[in-house]
Amino acid sequence: MNIGVSLTSREEIEVHRFSWPVSLLFPILALLIQSYLPLKMGFLRIFDLPLLVTIFFAVARRRPVPGMITGALIGTLQDALTHHPLGIFGIAKTIIGYLASSLGVKVDVDNPGSRFLMTFAFFIIHHIAYMVIDLGLVGASEPWQWGHTLIQALANGFLAVALFAVLDRFKLRN
Amino acid sequence: MENFFSRYKNPLVLMLVLFIQVVGLATQVKRAESAKNAAGAGSGGGPRLIRVWTVSIITPFEKAFTSTGHFFRGTWHNYIDLHDARKENRDLQEQLARMKMEQIRLREESAATARLQNLLDFKQRYIGQTVAAQVIGTSGADQSRVIYIDKGSHSGIKVDMPVITPDGIVGKVKEVFKFTSQVLLVNDHDSGAGVVLQNSRLQGVLSGTPQGQLVVTRVMSDEKIDIGERVVTTGHDGIYPKGVPVGVVTKSVPDVENDPFLRITIKPAANLDKLEEVLVVTSIAEESPSSTAGTGPQRAADILAQRLPSAKQEDKPGDQGATATPTPAASPAVTPRPKPVAPPQGTGTPGTGAPATATPRTAVPVTKPQGTAATGTATPATSGTGAPGTAASATASPAIKKSPDQKKPASTGMPTGTPVPGSTPKAPSATGSPSPNSTTSKTGATSTKGTAPSANPAGAKLSGASTKVGVAGTKVGEAGTKSGAAAEKKKGPPKPKATPTPAATDAAPAETPETKKPEPDATPTPPPTGESLLP
Repeated sequence: MNIGVSLTSREEIEVHRFSWPVSLLFPILALLIQSYLPLKMGFLRIFDLPLLVTIFFAVARRRPVPGMITGALIGTLQDALTHHPLGIFGIAKTIIGYLASSLGVKVDVDNPGSRFLMTFAFFIIHHIAYMVIDLGLVGASEPWQWGHTLIQALANGFLAVALFAVLDRFKLRN
Repeated sequence: MENFFSRYKNPLVLMLVLFIQVVGLATQVKRAESAKNAAGAGSGGGPRLIRVWTVSIITPFEKAFTSTGHFFRGTWHNYIDLHDARKENRDLQEQLARMKMEQIRLREESAATARLQNLLDFKQRYIGQTVAAQVIGTSGADQSRVIYIDKGSHSGIKVDMPVITPDGIVGKVKEVFKFTSQVLLVNDHDSGAGVVLQNSRLQGVLSGTPQGQLVVTRVMSDEKIDIGERVVTTGHDGIYPKGVPVGVVTKSVPDVENDPFLRITIKPAANLDKLEEVLVVTSIAEESPSSTAGTGPQRAADILAQRLPSAKQEDKPGDQGATATPTPAASPAVTPRPKPVAPPQGTGTPGTGAPATATPRTAVPVTKPQGTAATGTATPATSGTGAPGTAASATASPAIKKSPDQKKPASTGMPTGTPVPGSTPKAPSATGSPSPNSTTSKTGATSTKGTAPSANPAGAKLSGASTKVGVAGTKVGEAGTKSGAAAEKKKGPPKPKATPTPAATDAAPAETPETKKPEPDATPTPPPTGESLLP
C-alpha cells in the first residue's frame, strides 16, 4: 500500500494488484474482441479496447514502469495485427501507460466522472501521439479528422465507465 | 549519480522504452523502403516473428468463433428454415429458365467478341485458380483496414494475390502465415488499383481514404462522369484480374489536391464492412480469347458467382482442379500457338498456372510484307500504340509503328521477309505510299473512339482497338505504346490525318493469305480459366 501526494479527498491511495491470469488474459481478450467484433459490426471499430485496458491497468497499479510496460506490450501486439510497422501503437500506448499511472497516483480515478474525463483525454492524447509518429516517423499522410476523433473519444469514455466497473471486480484485495 | 537515477527512474525508463521502440520502428521503415527499392516484399526478422506469434495467438480463437457462428447459422438454415425451400425452389427454377435464355444470347455475343479479339491478338487476363476462404478477423484499428482469412501458405496463398468476391474486388494479400493471411482492403489508405469506368472507358487509379471510402483519381477534370456508372478493374496493375467489378460512381468533384484531375467517389460493389467469404485468386492466366461460341472466356464475376456458394466443397484438393486441354490455334492458317494448361486447383501450388501467362507470342503470325521485310525493314502497318485511352495518339499518328516484339525473327515464322534484328521500324504509311501488297482491311473499324483505322490486325497493338475492345491487351498495349512512341520520335511530328492512309490499309490484306481469321466453327478451344473454374 503506497501513500502519495494526492488531489483526492482520500488520504490513502490504493495500489491494486491483479493475478497473472487476469493480467495476461484481459489484454489478449481485448485484442481478440477488438479484432473480431468489427467483422460483424463495423461501427465497433471506433472503440479502442486495448487502449482502455492499458488505461485501466496503469491507473489501478499506479506504478509508472509497469504501466508503460503494459502499454508497450499491448500496443505492440495491436501493431502486429495491422499492416503498419510495429511500434506505432506501441509508442503511443507506452506514453499513455506512463501518464495514466502517474495520474493515478495523484488523482482519484475511481469514480465514473473522473474515469470518463480521463479516458476522453487519454484517447485524444493517444490519437495525437499516433498521428505524430505516423506522420513523423513512418511518413504517412493521413489527414487529421477532429470530428471523428472527438466522437471516438466520447464513445470510448462512456465504454470505459462500464468496462472499468466490470474490471474492478478482478482486483485483488489485501 | 545514484540519487539522480533513483529520483528520475520513471522518466528515464520511459525514455529508454520509447527509444527502443523508435529505433525498432525506424529500422522497419528503412527496411521496407529498401525492400521496395529492391522489389522485395514482406517484413523479416523480429517484426515478422512478433506478427506470427500474435496472429498465432489471436486467430485460433477467431476461427473458433467463426466456425461456431457458421455451425449455428447452418443448423438454422438446414433444419429449421426448410419450410421455405419448396417455394424457393420453384422461384429458382423459373429464374434458371430465364437465365438459360439469357445465356444463349450472351454466348453468341461473347463468341462474336472473342472472334474480334482473336483477330486483334489480344491477350486477356483471366482468373486461373481461386481458393475460397472465410474471413475470421480484422485489424481492429480504424487506421488499418485489413482482414484475416483462414487460409495461408499451407493452402497456396502468396503475398500480393488478389482477393475478390462475386460482388467485386476486396483487396490483396499483404502478409501470409501458415494457416492465415492478412488481406489489405481496397478502401485502405495504402491501397491502389487500376480501374476503368465501364461505359466511358476512362481509366483512373483507385485508392482508399482514411475514412474508408473508395475514390478514383487521375481522371481529367474535363471528362464527363455519370453518377451510377460502373467501375471495373483494368488488370493493368499486375495484381487484379481484368473486369472485376469495383463499384459504382456516387460523386465526382474536382480534386483540390491534384488540380486538373477529378476525385470520383465510388460505392464499393462488395460489402467491405461485412465480409464473410472471399476468393483468393491464386493464379491469373493470360490467354488469347477463343473464337468458339460457348467455350469462350467468361467474365470473372460470372465465374465467381457460380463458385462461392459451393466454396466448402470446392476448397478440397482435387475438387477445384479441372485441367484444361491445350488447344490448337483457332485458325488453321495461324501458326499453332501452344495454349497453357491450367493446373489443378487446390494443390497448394498457385503460380503453377503461370504457363498460362507464357503464351508464346513468338508464334503469333504477323503481316507478311514481303517487299519490306525482305530488306530487313520492320513489318509495316503495325501500329504500336496499344495503350487504352490513347486514342488521340492513334488518331494523330496514322503512320505505321511497330512494336518491338514483332521485330523478332521467330515471330513471323515465314521463310521470306525475316526482319533483320535491330532494324529500324519504318513508317511508310505516313507518306501515304501504297505498299506493294496493298489490299483493303477493315480491322481498324473495331475502333470507335476516333482512332485511326488499324493497319494490321495481327499487330493488334492498336490504341484504338485497345480502347474499343477494352483493356484486354494489357501488356501488349504497354509494349505497343513504347514502341509507338519510339517510332513517332523517329518519324517526327505526326501528320494530322485521321483517315486511313493507303498504306495503312495495305498491310492488313497482305497477311490475308497467310494469317487467316479464325473460323467461327473452329474446333472448340476451352480456355483454361473457364474450364478450371467451373464447378
